[in-house]
Amino acid sequence: MLHRYPRRVVIIMLVLTAFVAIFPLWGPVVFGAQSDFMMEKLTLMLILALFAMSLDLLVGIVGLVSLGHALFFGLGAYTLALASPAFSPAAIWWMMPLVMLVAALAALVVGFLVIRTKGIFFIMTTLAFGQMLYYFVNTSRHTGGTDGVFIMFRPSVELGGTVLLDLDNPLTFFYVCLAMVVVGYLFLRWLTRSFYGQVLDGIHDNEHRMEALGYATSHYKLVAFVISGVMASLAGMLAAMQYGFANPAQLGWHTSGEVLMMLILGGMGTIFGPILGAFAYEILQHTFEHMTTHWPILMGITIILAVLVLPRGIAGLIIDPPNRESLAKSPLLKWLKRDATTPRNEAAKPVAPATGKEG
Amino acid sequence: MDLAFFGVQLLNGLQYGLLLFLIASGLTLIFGIMGIINLAHGAMYMIGAYLVYDLTFRLGNFWLAILVAVPIAIALGLIIERLFLDTLYKRDHLYQVLLTFGLILVLNEMQRIIWGGDVHSVPIPELFSGRIQLTDNLQYSHYRLFVMGVCLALAGVIYWVIRHTRLGIIIRAGAVNRDMVEGLGINVRTLFTLIFSVGVALTAFAGMIAAPLTSIAPGMGDSILITCFVVVVIGGIGSIKGAFWGAILIGMAETFGSVLIPSLASMVIYLIMAAVLLVKPRGLFA
Amino acid sequence: MTNFKKTALASVLGTATLMSTFGAIADDHPVKLGLMLPYTGTYTALGEAITNGLELAIAQHGDRLGGRDVEYVKLDSEANPSKAPQNMSRLVRGDNVDFVIGPVHSGVAMGMLRVAQQTGAITIIPNAGLGAATNELCMPNVFRTSFSMWQDSYPMGKAAYEMGHRNIVTITWDYAGGKEDLAGFEEAFTEAGGEIVRQILVPFPNTEFQSYLAQIASDRPDAVYTFFAGGGGVSFVRDYAAAGLNESIPLLGSGFLTDGNLAAIGEAGEGVMTTLHYAETLDTPQNRAFVEAYQEAYGQLPDTYAVQGYDTGMMLVQALEAVEGDTADRERLIEALASVQLDSPRGPLSFSDSHHPIQNVYLREIRNGKHEVVGIAHESLEVPDAACRM
Repeated sequence: MLHRYPRRVVIIMLVLTAFVAIFPLWGPVVFGAQSDFMMEKLTLMLILALFAMSLDLLVGIVGLVSLGHALFFGLGAYTLALASPAFSPAAIWWMMPLVMLVAALAALVVGFLVIRTKGIFFIMTTLAFGQMLYYFVNTSRHTGGTDGVFIMFRPSVELGGTVLLDLDNPLTFFYVCLAMVVVGYLFLRWLTRSFYGQVLDGIHDNEHRMEALGYATSHYKLVAFVISGVMASLAGMLAAMQYGFANPAQLGWHTSGEVLMMLILGGMGTIFGPILGAFAYEILQHTFEHMTTHWPILMGITIILAVLVLPRGIAGLIIDPPNRESLAKSPLLKWLKRDATTPRNEAAKPVAPATGKEG
Repeated sequence: MDLAFFGVQLLNGLQYGLLLFLIASGLTLIFGIMGIINLAHGAMYMIGAYLVYDLTFRLGNFWLAILVAVPIAIALGLIIERLFLDTLYKRDHLYQVLLTFGLILVLNEMQRIIWGGDVHSVPIPELFSGRIQLTDNLQYSHYRLFVMGVCLALAGVIYWVIRHTRLGIIIRAGAVNRDMVEGLGINVRTLFTLIFSVGVALTAFAGMIAAPLTSIAPGMGDSILITCFVVVVIGGIGSIKGAFWGAILIGMAETFGSVLIPSLASMVIYLIMAAVLLVKPRGLFA
Repeated sequence: MTNFKKTALASVLGTATLMSTFGAIADDHPVKLGLMLPYTGTYTALGEAITNGLELAIAQHGDRLGGRDVEYVKLDSEANPSKAPQNMSRLVRGDNVDFVIGPVHSGVAMGMLRVAQQTGAITIIPNAGLGAATNELCMPNVFRTSFSMWQDSYPMGKAAYEMGHRNIVTITWDYAGGKEDLAGFEEAFTEAGGEIVRQILVPFPNTEFQSYLAQIASDRPDAVYTFFAGGGGVSFVRDYAAAGLNESIPLLGSGFLTDGNLAAIGEAGEGVMTTLHYAETLDTPQNRAFVEAYQEAYGQLPDTYAVQGYDTGMMLVQALEAVEGDTADRERLIEALASVQLDSPRGPLSFSDSHHPIQNVYLREIRNGKHEVVGIAHESLEVPDAACRM
């Protein structure tokens, strides 16, 4: 895999980014009085996109399915909440490095322990560590317990007394989040195409072979785990900044499950897919919640259909748009005609990520 | 801690552990043999409890309710396996996680539509309504003893089937090497359908038999799910023996943990799991 | 006035001026009520009861508030605190509701209040009992029609001592609501001269109580005081009785232990004493009329949650009548809400300076599957809320 995509991917992503970036121009026209709220929602989607992207490095690129990624998301939120002074804003210059450092240390410790396990066991151990921190935060005296904590001030971005960015301004905050997503994306793209990324690909395809070739695969995996954790913690920090609120539920396994959902919906292993997935997931949920209080049924059915019909997610549709030939092979048709295709003769094996070979 | 207190807690830990085993056994069967991670496992447990609640009041008899509810649970497993899981065996665990995550949402919401949001209970059946006196001021319901007996008996049956029947040989072989089993001309597809239905039925049955001991409320399956995963992982995925000892270990740890080290009570099972996996990354009995 | 309160007030006034520019055209529009309650998950029943009560109160007044039609916007809060700010924001900034009514869960309340603080949205809490909402967080735009954990448990402390209990074991879930509830009880009980022998915190939301019951049996206290709610309450009361402990050690509790769940608890609940600001058996004309109307509308007996919803509706009816349906003038509206006085089914109800209900707390005993009122444990109890003087 070279992580090269057809040119239309670049075009589509650029157009979408531009479309989001000029929201302040078209938002008020389309949404009227709701425009401010929609921008806030968009900001949240960007934050979740960053979160989903960070997980893609682990799940899509390295092939380590984590069900405890919310641990780092929550850690970012809580580091911000607990390290912020009570009556004045923290300076971003030390807050951001602190959040990253805490997450990196946590990822190093957790990663060191979980990297040894594989497959289902990796899923379960990450889940266990996630739940451990969840219960710790829930019951600890210093974290505000189940009720969560407020962050009264967003960090300040000042240099020598001049305010560079006013994060309290929703518009500024929106662009900061957008910038974080773009930078995060470019970073991950660069990473996956670097030599290091090639090794990760190799591990994904066949870890034993990479070991036999003399790569210390667990070191490579650990580094990926740490990078992924740090990125997730930044997303968590932004999420806590947005509403000034951190809560243990951000650490729970439901959060981990949801972000996995965004990943699959968008198409894992493509880096840009999860961004689309985060947007799609949030838009779907927002729409369903507006339709009925029985929204979980609609959400559940959508998830099930996505798994059955769109195994490579939205990104798969963009990289390989369906044509007659591929439609004939589509999981949906297979599913409809599946009685004809017995017996099964392949053992369970990981699917290839939705990466195209062309371009 | 005096001896009587210790004895009582031992009994509590054992009873909780045995029930956990029954709930987790379906999960480990499905896990180990089909390679399917069923997140909707807790929802099946909940459905079992709600079914028996509903039928007990409809039919007026707890035992009759169970008799009717078990086939319904088997049918549910059959439908889910054929409709949804059938296409997923060749795919990564991730897809199973997500599909069953979607199933949780659907099943939980179905529960709400059918039975509403109220808390319900099922009375302890007449036959076992008596109690034994444990200490001068503490009694123990006969029904709890009965549940222990049922769990032990089922553990024995499952163990026997797996150890001493042809089906068991196939199951054990399937857990080790699926291709080989298929190579021998065994219809794995039918086997999978069977295992999944039995797994779901076992879980739902656990919900049914536990119903008189617990409260039947929305979301009751979600909290049991993670504990079951911990049990299965500690024991070693796919190992019935592992699930048994894992469940007893967790039952004891929760019981004694909650009275001896209350500050760590909520984390104790995760600590144990992490510790086990560090020493034996594939579980105790894998 | 603290700095923080100044900013809170400034933001409210800011929103008020902003809104008054829209005021003139908004008057013939319906009053928008945003309901942020759990319609899925563990707390579904509570969310539904509150909604029923609220809708009943407004329906009894011709489905109009201050002469304007009413529009409900219902949003499932999933009782998920991490989503609370964005859900609240959706109601306030997206749907532009005039009032937000919610939530049930205290963690969700925290998230909501953060947004209430930022936007000045008028928020009426119909359940969540976290003390901070009307104390440390102190906001002019936040009201509560329910209770705080302290208010319902404090009277029991004194009552327990008067029953002759001296040594008590307390047990609850290890979460903020439970701990606040125990704190109220323990404060009053130790003040009176009693001793808390042991405080047991069960990991939330565990309902496996056997080991704790054995602990209680070996501690041999005079009584047990407990706070659990929903399924946990049902399990605890049933397990307590099944272990035969109710024969030697009386069970006391917060009213939430059994409220709304009497049918599920069944015989096991007989003799359990609880304190709460309501009982469905209260023999007053207001309550009889309410119970009858509720039963007619929904075919079931109302519980405390339904009353809290009902009183929220009545509060809106009264306040909007006072301002003639004008929701644009926030200051006047807040004033009107704060001076609401109700002849509620639960008894006389008014609001303290911190916008917390001043109400009776009743001592109740379960007899023949009903909460019979034994007496008033504390009449017109006002919660101190020392950090909030508005």
